[in-house]
Amino acid sequence: MKRPKYRSVGQNQRKVDGEALVTGQARYVDDIELRGMLYGKILRSPHAHARILEIDADEARGLPGVHAVLTHHNVPRIQYTTAGQGAPEPSPKDTFVLDEKVRYVGDSVAAVAAETAQIAEEALKKIKVRWEVLPAVLDMEQAMTPDAPRIHEMPSANEISNPEKNIAAQVEVTDGDPERGFAEADLVVENHYRAGRVHASHTEPHICITCLDEAGRLVVRTSTQVPFHVRRIIAPLVNLPIGKIRVIKPRIGGGFGAKQEVLLEPICALLTLKTGRPVRIRLTREEEFISSRTRHAQILRSKVGAKSDGTITATELEVLADTGAYGSHALTVQCNTGSKSLPLYRTHQYRKGVNNVHFKATAVYTNLPVAGAIRGYGAPQGFFALDSTLDEMAHKLKMDPIDFRLKNLVRKGDSPALLEKLGEGREGVKQILKSCGVRECIKRGMAEIEWQQKRARKNGGVVRRGVGMAVLQQGSGIPGIDMGAVTIKLNEDGSFNLMTGATDLGTGSDTILAQIAAEVLGTAADKCHVFSSDTDLTPYDTGAYASSTTYITGMAAKKAAEEIRRKVLARAVRMLSEKRGDLTLENGRVKGRKKSISLGEVCADALYEHDQEQIMATASHISYDCPPPFAAHFADVAVDTETGQVRVLKYVAAVDCGTAINPQLAEGQTLGGIHMGLGYALSEEYQFDDRGRLMNPRFLDYKILSASDMPEIKVILVPTFEPTGPFGAKSVSEIPTNGPAPAIGNAIFHALGVRLREVPFTPERVLKALRNA
Amino acid sequence: MTAESKNQAIQLVVNGKTHRAVVAPQATLLELIRDHLGLTGTKEGCGKGQCGACTVLLDGKPVNSCLMLAVQAQGHQVVTIEGAEHEKELDPIQQAFIDEGAVQCGFCTPGLILSARALLDQHPHPDEDHIKEAISGHLCRCTGYSAIIRAIRRAASGGKS
Repeated sequence: MKRPKYRSVGQNQRKVDGEALVTGQARYVDDIELRGMLYGKILRSPHAHARILEIDADEARGLPGVHAVLTHHNVPRIQYTTAGQGAPEPSPKDTFVLDEKVRYVGDSVAAVAAETAQIAEEALKKIKVRWEVLPAVLDMEQAMTPDAPRIHEMPSANEISNPEKNIAAQVEVTDGDPERGFAEADLVVENHYRAGRVHASHTEPHICITCLDEAGRLVVRTSTQVPFHVRRIIAPLVNLPIGKIRVIKPRIGGGFGAKQEVLLEPICALLTLKTGRPVRIRLTREEEFISSRTRHAQILRSKVGAKSDGTITATELEVLADTGAYGSHALTVQCNTGSKSLPLYRTHQYRKGVNNVHFKATAVYTNLPVAGAIRGYGAPQGFFALDSTLDEMAHKLKMDPIDFRLKNLVRKGDSPALLEKLGEGREGVKQILKSCGVRECIKRGMAEIEWQQKRARKNGGVVRRGVGMAVLQQGSGIPGIDMGAVTIKLNEDGSFNLMTGATDLGTGSDTILAQIAAEVLGTAADKCHVFSSDTDLTPYDTGAYASSTTYITGMAAKKAAEEIRRKVLARAVRMLSEKRGDLTLENGRVKGRKKSISLGEVCADALYEHDQEQIMATASHISYDCPPPFAAHFADVAVDTETGQVRVLKYVAAVDCGTAINPQLAEGQTLGGIHMGLGYALSEEYQFDDRGRLMNPRFLDYKILSASDMPEIKVILVPTFEPTGPFGAKSVSEIPTNGPAPAIGNAIFHALGVRLREVPFTPERVLKALRNA
Repeated sequence: MTAESKNQAIQLVVNGKTHRAVVAPQATLLELIRDHLGLTGTKEGCGKGQCGACTVLLDGKPVNSCLMLAVQAQGHQVVTIEGAEHEKELDPIQQAFIDEGAVQCGFCTPGLILSARALLDQHPHPDEDHIKEAISGHLCRCTGYSAIIRAIRRAASGGKS
């Protein structure tokens, strides 16, 4: 394919905030200290399910240095959801800032603001609560049974799908005639898979500092992925109009979805409004594990039918998900489990416009920590179940697993009907695949892992070797919903200010947007000074989630830059006395046939000399396309049959993210996503006792892989051109998380001939599977 | 804890400068560095010595400053990320972290750079296993470590990748 030549796009531009980060100069939320700042702490429930009969905070209030104590008696009683998505939000509004009831061990009971963190801790101990302990449900399979306790009983529980049965949300979609498809199959494979509960474990815990500015407006400085959603969601809770709230996201220490939640901001703001003082609340690492958000644990029934020649006739996923005590993202994450995995494959009558697919998901409440958004957003569970089933089908059909997938994968031009019916919490938008490099990903990944040789390897002995693979997709933004906006203005030195509501979590999106603008403006990326994520000073952006920033906000940056370019060239026509068609913009200069001028001279002309104006532009972008990035992941594993230990020796990820605006950053996203996916597949899992208490809320026994635990990883970027994305780009950030569980599970099957149907693949589970084989 | 008298006066050298401070006996070195000295480049990720974000060098050796009492630093030499530069030039490790894309959110970065500095001071040409071992006390959730290892190798080989 012929590709246009770019100067800035496609370069490994150094991160615009790189130097500040390596020198310790970058300012995170906790790195400012405001005069008179108070320290907030939250009292957490010791019970999985209990009613507060009486709460006495008088002694705590009387402690010297304590400035405010909040309980359910003195905060506004307004139902909301902590999920920071677009409005109207499809998650049930089942949460109060503080309630008269607690629903999991770690739920908020009260909050204190004091002069030091120690005094605040001391005050928490002096709050006396008389509890009525209620029966708890700790198992998602028990949650819907008639004798399970009802977890939500607030008056307007009607936003909950079925509160009597503890169902937070449900969705069911059928395309074609799956029953007939399964009937026409020569072989049907059906099994249950279980995916555990994990934590995003960003290194910076959730933290928020609120204060009042000199005009009495509320300023919220917070480690968030969604500053504009924070502002909208807290406004009614703190009883202020949106215009009197300013939300600022400084540098933040990772988010991975868990900071797409509005957790600390309401209570921190209420403490500031009560005291008039700045208040800081930061979660401890233990609180982070217990009270922030987790990936949804799921039990999935996965079913695939196929003809003996390997043509799929129907696919089905039925999901039971544990949303924990509250239903944040309960509907939309579960929608994604189906809508990201199932549309990757055609069924046999595809050419006649029939795709036999059935998807059903039910998210239930339990008295356990709350699930929510985490990188992959339901897709890792879906791919684990679906791709493992496909692998099993290939084995039963005696086909190479890759040949089987290649026979059924979507192609460019396809329009998977499921995507039209299944959006995020509502109907979807018709999609036509305009770029698809999935086959090239498979081909290049196969070569790198040496698939043929390793599949043919003889196996025996205590340590068995195996190689497996998985094919993946994700989306790029939420079609018809996600909007990003960018403002650019020109300065006298030829540099630009680029203001955006988009939220760089460490991903490098500030750098990506600078590169895109620089490409259009014929200048260097470091001439675009990016200022992002301040609701007072930057235009709106939905925020950093759904793999949207490069694709959506990137296009807004391109449009704004194009508008600037038009304005610059129009002025240069007069300044150079040349024709518009003869002018080009490169290396920071407007060049004509005879003369050239710098961007700085154009700006000076505009500011001081002729028909004065600020050369600036704001552009917004929304897309009804949601082009999936594609990937093929491969794992070469060694399994010790005596200890059950699974070691990944080599991991290969080939990814089609369209044009990689910055290949180094795209590779970085892929490596990081694989690291998170490897933990999901091998070692990370919440463990609870029989009273719903988390037994491993610390890095010592919640095992995140260290450098020594990591395999050799090879990332291959497979370029395609997505016509609806900026310079051909699609997303890259979430897709890698989907790969390790199915790829490693399939490799273990190749090594042992035994299939593991529950992640993580701990030594205990491997040994148990071997014993039962 | 009202007994002011229990506070102790200490003296230590931080980034080449002698500091005197009066600290509570339970104050950590991390609190001293961040709250008393205002050097906020050192981060707190867990407060329990399990993530490595708060790593500083004590007499050239990496320590978790959240686990060490400030009074234990009495008389010692401490280097924080703010002291990693040499006459306003980035340390080759800092430059290599930028060049290799080893920085994403940056929260673990200061601690990692200091552990890498201690490693290269002791072993100027470490092999890959040695590098992995030296940074295995640091959790990074963004990079998968590959770029960090590449960066340390690059710094060890004089800036070439």
